[in-house]
Amino acid sequence: MTLTAGEFAYISGLVRRDAAIVLEPGKEYLVEARLMPLARQTGAATVSEFVTRAQQRPEPDVHRRIVDALTTNETSFFRDGEPFTAMTGMVLPELLTSRSTTRHLRVWSAACSSGQEAYTLAMQLHDNLPHGWTYEILGTDISTEVLARAEAGRYSQLEVNRGLPAAALVKHFERVGSHWQVSPNLRKNVSFRRLNLAAALPALGQFDVIFLRNVLIYFDVATKRAVLERVGSLLKPDGWLFLGSAETTIGIDDRFDRVVTGRTSAYRLRPAGTRNGAATLGMAGKG
Amino acid sequence: MRALVIDDSRAMRLILARIARQLGFDVVEAGNGQEALDRLEELDTVPELALIDWNMPVMNGLEFVSAVRRDTKYKAMTLMMVTTESEQSQIVRALAAGAHEYVIKPFTPDAIVEKLALLGLVKNGVQV
Repeated sequence: MTLTAGEFAYISGLVRRDAAIVLEPGKEYLVEARLMPLARQTGAATVSEFVTRAQQRPEPDVHRRIVDALTTNETSFFRDGEPFTAMTGMVLPELLTSRSTTRHLRVWSAACSSGQEAYTLAMQLHDNLPHGWTYEILGTDISTEVLARAEAGRYSQLEVNRGLPAAALVKHFERVGSHWQVSPNLRKNVSFRRLNLAAALPALGQFDVIFLRNVLIYFDVATKRAVLERVGSLLKPDGWLFLGSAETTIGIDDRFDRVVTGRTSAYRLRPAGTRNGAATLGMAGKG
Repeated sequence: MRALVIDDSRAMRLILARIARQLGFDVVEAGNGQEALDRLEELDTVPELALIDWNMPVMNGLEFVSAVRRDTKYKAMTLMMVTTESEQSQIVRALAAGAHEYVIKPFTPDAIVEKLALLGLVKNGVQV
């Protein structure tokens, strides 16, 4: 059963008031798709029934969940653009020289959430690697729910509006119903698996580039140090590590050198002999 | 800096104008493409940005983009479609006609800000 005009008006009024989002008539399918899981959780048979109940018995918590369902975007394409500018301006040109024999790059999007970062990197590599080069991107996250979304590579219109250049949308995505799906050409190079960064890591091989953004901020110093040590052990000696804009290795793990580029920083492993005592102890402690 | 907001929906013009003003733009509004061309003629300087709906009476957004792109005096104006038209082929048409960016309705204010950042018009939530 589809939404009535009155029910749709109620929902669009709510998200407009609480989130400044305009849902124009014609977007009933979007409301239905986003609210269906919520309707099921609350025992309503249809989205229409769920909305009618919310109208008749307005509760702040239900309203919040409705707005969340229609607005939640945990991450976005090209999020905080600077690291991606550094990728094309500094990292890739250097890797094109240093990997000219293997002509293969491995990139890890740690804590990839619903996959936008991994696919952004795939778009960059696809567009910038010369013919004959190959690449693989691994996306990992602790949540199986977001990984299922990442694996599908399907994004709503609200999500593809966020930070993705229109030219990249039409080049690298295909319209599937009301969603957009990353093209098979990119998806074949991107894989996802569940991983807890706060525990021992499985054998993943070493990476040329690691994106570990907006993860360390949630941890205390000891856990930050442990995570950096594990992740650092999977970075090739001349590889590149990107952290979130509010994160750093400084004062936590001095095996890394900070390289300032544009308005962002990247981190590289210092040659082993140049690390100081504390870092050496840290390495020894790894066992 | 100045932004031209072109949409036949007054409510949508209000929303887009509010976002643009929060970013520091002076805003000029028009209800369709022809009205927007008339506004441009009246202005003493060319707006840096135009936010353009597609489906409007008299002159639609795509026709406006094509008209503006034919006139070199407007070449510095950044053109961003903001429309419910969401077919891939429509986006390709708009980009081919000369639009620089494209936002599909419905959108969040963040989406507008992020697209303007991609275009170099906004940095850290304020005008460059």
